[in-house]
Amino acid sequence: MIHSLFLINSSGDIFLEKHWKSVVSRSVCDYFFEAQERATEAENVPPVIPTPHHYLLSVYRHKIFFVAVIQTEVPPLFVIEFLHRVVDTFQDYFGVCSEPVIKDNVVVVYEVLEEMLDNGFPLATESNILKELIKPPTILRTVVNTITGSTNVGDQLPTGQLSVVPWRRTGVKYTNNEAYFDVIEEIDAIIDKSGSTITAEIQGVIDACVKLTGMPDLTLSFMNPRLLDDVSFHPCVRFKRWESERILSFIPPDGNFRLLSYHVSAQNLVAIPVYVKHNISFRDSSSHGRFEITVGPKQTMGKTIEGVTVTSQMPKGVLNMSLTPSQGTHTFDPVTKMLSWDVGKINPQKLPSLKGTMSLQAGASKPDENPTINLQFKIQQLAISAQAPADDAHQSHAAIVQTHQGASRIALQRR
Amino acid sequence: MSAAPAYSEDKGGSAGPGEPEYGHDPASGGIFSSDYKRHDDLKEMLDTNKDSLKLEAMKRIVAMIARGKNASDLFPAVVKNVACKNIEDPNQLIRASALRVLSSIRVPIIVPIMMLAIKEAASDMSPYVRKTAAHAIPKLYSLDSDQKDQLIEVIEKLLADKTTLVAGSVVMAFEEVCPERIDLIHKNYRKLCNLLIDVEEWGQVVIISMLTRYARTQFLSPTQNESLLEENAEKAFYGSEEDEAKGAGSEETAAAAAPARKPYVMDPDHRLLLRNTKPLLQSRSAAVVMAVAQLYFHLAPKAEVGVIAKALVRLLRSHSEVQYVVLQNVATMSIKRRGMFEPYLKSFYIRSTDPTQIKILKLEVLTNLANETNIPTVLREFQTYIRSMDKDFVAATIQAIGRCATNIGRVRDTCLNGLVQLLSNRDELVVAESVVVIKKLLQMQPAQHGEIIKHLAKLTDNIQVPMARASILWLIGEYCEHVPRIAPDVLRKMAKSFTAEEDIVKLQVINLAAKLYLTNSKQTKLLTQYVLSLAKYDQNYDIRDRARFTRQLIVPSEQGGALSRHAKKLFLAPKPAPVLESSFKDRDHFQLGSLSHLLNAKATGYQELPDWPEEAPDPSVRNVEVPEWTKCSNREKRKEKEKPFYSDSEGESGPTESADSDPESESESDSKSSSESGSGESSSESDNEDQDEDEEKGRGSESEQSEEDGKRKTKKKVPERKGEASSSDEGSDSSSSSSESEMTSESEEEQLEPASWSRKTPPSSKSAPATKEISLLDLEDFTPPSVQPVSPPAIVSTSLAADLEGLTLTDSTLVPSLLSPVSGVGRQELLHRVAGEGLAVDYTFSRQPFSGDPHMVSVHIHFSNSSDTPIKGLHVGTPKLPAGISIQEFPEIESLAPGESATAVMGINFCDSTQAANFQLCTQTRQFYVSIQPPVGELMAPVFMSENEFKKEQGKLMGMNEITEKLMLPDTCRSDHIVVQKVTATANLGRVPCGTSDEYRFAGRTLTGGSLVLLTLDARPAGAAQLTVNSEKMVIGTMLVKDVIQALTQ
Repeated sequence: MIHSLFLINSSGDIFLEKHWKSVVSRSVCDYFFEAQERATEAENVPPVIPTPHHYLLSVYRHKIFFVAVIQTEVPPLFVIEFLHRVVDTFQDYFGVCSEPVIKDNVVVVYEVLEEMLDNGFPLATESNILKELIKPPTILRTVVNTITGSTNVGDQLPTGQLSVVPWRRTGVKYTNNEAYFDVIEEIDAIIDKSGSTITAEIQGVIDACVKLTGMPDLTLSFMNPRLLDDVSFHPCVRFKRWESERILSFIPPDGNFRLLSYHVSAQNLVAIPVYVKHNISFRDSSSHGRFEITVGPKQTMGKTIEGVTVTSQMPKGVLNMSLTPSQGTHTFDPVTKMLSWDVGKINPQKLPSLKGTMSLQAGASKPDENPTINLQFKIQQLAISAQAPADDAHQSHAAIVQTHQGASRIALQRR
Repeated sequence: MSAAPAYSEDKGGSAGPGEPEYGHDPASGGIFSSDYKRHDDLKEMLDTNKDSLKLEAMKRIVAMIARGKNASDLFPAVVKNVACKNIEDPNQLIRASALRVLSSIRVPIIVPIMMLAIKEAASDMSPYVRKTAAHAIPKLYSLDSDQKDQLIEVIEKLLADKTTLVAGSVVMAFEEVCPERIDLIHKNYRKLCNLLIDVEEWGQVVIISMLTRYARTQFLSPTQNESLLEENAEKAFYGSEEDEAKGAGSEETAAAAAPARKPYVMDPDHRLLLRNTKPLLQSRSAAVVMAVAQLYFHLAPKAEVGVIAKALVRLLRSHSEVQYVVLQNVATMSIKRRGMFEPYLKSFYIRSTDPTQIKILKLEVLTNLANETNIPTVLREFQTYIRSMDKDFVAATIQAIGRCATNIGRVRDTCLNGLVQLLSNRDELVVAESVVVIKKLLQMQPAQHGEIIKHLAKLTDNIQVPMARASILWLIGEYCEHVPRIAPDVLRKMAKSFTAEEDIVKLQVINLAAKLYLTNSKQTKLLTQYVLSLAKYDQNYDIRDRARFTRQLIVPSEQGGALSRHAKKLFLAPKPAPVLESSFKDRDHFQLGSLSHLLNAKATGYQELPDWPEEAPDPSVRNVEVPEWTKCSNREKRKEKEKPFYSDSEGESGPTESADSDPESESESDSKSSSESGSGESSSESDNEDQDEDEEKGRGSESEQSEEDGKRKTKKKVPERKGEASSSDEGSDSSSSSSESEMTSESEEEQLEPASWSRKTPPSSKSAPATKEISLLDLEDFTPPSVQPVSPPAIVSTSLAADLEGLTLTDSTLVPSLLSPVSGVGRQELLHRVAGEGLAVDYTFSRQPFSGDPHMVSVHIHFSNSSDTPIKGLHVGTPKLPAGISIQEFPEIESLAPGESATAVMGINFCDSTQAANFQLCTQTRQFYVSIQPPVGELMAPVFMSENEFKKEQGKLMGMNEITEKLMLPDTCRSDHIVVQKVTATANLGRVPCGTSDEYRFAGRTLTGGSLVLLTLDARPAGAAQLTVNSEKMVIGTMLVKDVIQALTQ
């Protein structure tokens, strides 16, 4: 299946390679570099590149290309899914996944990769089992290892691989039993020039952090499960129970995991909690244009809108922009023509606005389009779909469920 | 490439990563930098007795090998230690590690040792070691493919393994070593289907794609009768809805509906695969979802494929690489099955933040989905896209508009006008693309568009993109009679700039010249000759060639007159309009989700997806012959100890199905797989670890059990089956697995038949009196004492019934309901006289309380002997029942003379499930396998209650326990009498008096559990009605609603 893995940074250096079968020469990556060159942006590199003897499947995350080399037919999503799992595992181990971090922890990286695949076929991909085999690096352990010369390889046998619940370690103990559930919902909406919504859909996830002793069996029910249009579960969730009773019943993994992701269909029209007023005008035969946008709240149910950022790709004809924001900071990159404005919180009494002029290329004709405005913001403690877990009953356990955090991240596009 | 120097430097500087240069971290760098020095140490470590040291040493060796390092000097030490010692180590993890190390050594000498080790490990007691053995198989195969035959033996053995841990790995080995040996799968097919949900994600993908291929070779195409279905669209729709409502398990309904119209019946195994893969659409892994989606696309009947759309659309929210692959597949699917994705049209709208490749794929999908109704929205969306800054994307959008215009005649003019407007766009690429598309569109109806052609002709002065220029020239040449004045002028201009043009344009200039020469030689003769002379000396041989060829054709010479006479026909033949097709058309001959499909080219190692067979191969090859009954009791005992875990399903676990009274494992077999696998392995294991493991499991199970206990209190101790309400195929599976090989296929068919028959004939108004007659006949059958001793209570009950019948005559409204000794469904066949060698057996549900046990449904069995010899010693032999179901056998019938018939009563406790009771009917000489499956309406008995009581109870059973359905009552069934009769014929319920005239209420209790079943029918004058069933047993409620609706609407 998966023959080799190359890690390539955005400047085109192979900084790590790993082979599970025989060694595949680095030169195979030349085909990848060719494709990378052809694609103007990193996101446009095709995920599957055929070469005479191999196929290169790649994912691009954290400014690193993870390029897998395969030789024979295999479902492409199988490989892509695995590569994403590798990235997630690195993130889990090291906190961030970046070139310097991977180089610093190269030993652990190799050990982890070795355990994840056997002869190209995934072996242990659950982070629980992996952590039992290879301990994540900590400062203390690094010091101890330096002195004693030992390694990160776990010294007890990885019994997790034999378990019927491969995602949970055995013998977990906590003095404070606690479980946190974060409901994060994202609205993705496209809004046209006049402000009417073209499409909007809600995508939600429930991320959990469970620190409970032993083998807890949890159930979680929803106030209105019918809202959930489509769901996908962590393997720990008992599917039949959901089918028949719409209750999530599961033995959770230890630590952080994504319990559920769901989709709320666009049919029940979503109230977008924010609006943008824009006044952008280019004049023919003039080297100046006017630019003004204002952001304001609408239907927020009393919650404050935070972390507002506005980005907009300006037309090529715009040379520079001189703008003054009423709050926050803004930047304009004259090369990529990308305008970004970090607004922060919206104060309903004093709406944030960004005003100024654009200097246009002399002689160039007026751009025939209005730039698309992307708006992102967060609202804490608000679930757009009005979905809330009703209760968490821990049946074999007395555990404290402390808070429900709700957050909504919203990406709007206006054009 | 700026990176190149750095890259090569890097390459020159070090042989590879993991070299000391990376050992910035002195601690972790340890094992890498000192590898070479510590070989001795490794040898020592391998020789110790400590598990942890051995494990550590082996891990390091594997790490070295994996980096391509030469570990051959460790070879003897490893082989000595590993192969000989560690493979017999008591610790299963060490055994597994040893095998992994051994199999990673790529030295041919080791092949025999490796082969031995794999064989040994394949029969290891630990599933983990067996898994490792499965992993080692492809390694050995790649080292020495001569071992194939031996390896296939090992694979065959491992395929029979019943643990989820092994399943994924061994199928992967199967796919790498012997994907053509599809015959190895037969015996394991059902097991693989049942285990699937518990296999880890990676294994699931491999198994599903293998099973897709398998199903294509073994089952008949479910769409072969599609045309038939389409005629009967409404009915087909009804059928699909049914499927949805009942989830899986409704195959017998579908199958029952089917034979009435068409001969196709889906193989139960085919259905099993579809049913067991469906939940995996909810997997978090995109690869699994895609695998299931392709399985449904390739295998499911048309009506059911739709379920995958939602899941695929969900994947569009994932990483862009996943989107890319999914969209490619959606594009292919949306050509074949457009309707499936239509509701999700808006999910394919393009965001400005999407990468270009995603945008183009989404555009492809949008174009495929466009139809008469949604085209206005799609076009409005396209209009926005044209203003995008991404020029590649704009070009693709224009192409898409062109395709919409060709496919949908209604919008052709709108599109054409839009495209003509684009011709004045500032961006040359946009204009060029528009020209190309306009050319294609004009070919369809050139006559009306002289204006557009003139407009295009003007553009030749400005447009520089060769493809666009060539297109314009072609258009002018082709339709020169529509623009007789402009065409020669264009040729004049082009002749002037001929030498500066691109090749493709030059060819079109020659073409234009030739056509004009033929139509208007007066004006263009000289020009044409000039162009041809220029072309004759062109650098490109294609152009020189074309020039010579054209000259010969159009300019008549002395000898070659024959061809030139036809020149006009050659050049100006009417040309068919181009069909703008999706590049994804016909890609579905590749298995979807595969690499080959993505690349639209066969990848190495791609296994063709076979076509459906014409004739179904023998389905009995999948029957597993080992009878499971013997283990049954064992298993049940074991259950206490070994607590089931997550597994939802299991292979031949029919007999214990629904034994679980725990609501926890509502899927009937939830608990079985682990208990069974447990019985498979841990019984033979005696290692310390395994005891530990057992203890762990025990602990886990304790907590589970206590929880269950708690639940039981609240939920009443009633065994119930949820989800899959019933499935005759499972029933037949279990029965067939018990029976001898030749018998099975027979009995399977036999069982299917009555089951489907019973479903197919809903108790209609006509059948009700008939059934009454039958039951009266039964009574007569009882009375002659000569036949069989009838249990006295039965007589009591019948007489009671008779009394009640008299009583009811006085109260006409309550007639049919208060007493319902009318058996709901007529006589059903248990054993056909041909199969029974002269013995025919029918049964009816008498609806009388069974004497021995109030929880039992009493079933009247009618025997008749049509052979010419007496049948002796008729009795029920060793019932093999799904646990929970019990049978009170009828007393043995000593002898049945030829031509005579007899009736006996037996009681069956169905445990409130519609599972079939399978048992043997024995005579002195023969045994027959039979099964009785109750309609849901027979699982209850009427209760009498007042209106107030009814309302009170109904109030308690709201929410989840209430099922409401709307229906239209046909004209034939609007009268009180008929409605009541139909309902009571379907279900054994008692009527509850009711104040309002249009409302009917019925009440009953399930026999085993005693849960209330309340049925309300609210009929309005116009025929619209609402049916509500309140019951704790949701499954029973759902099925009842369905049955009653069916009875009322037919």
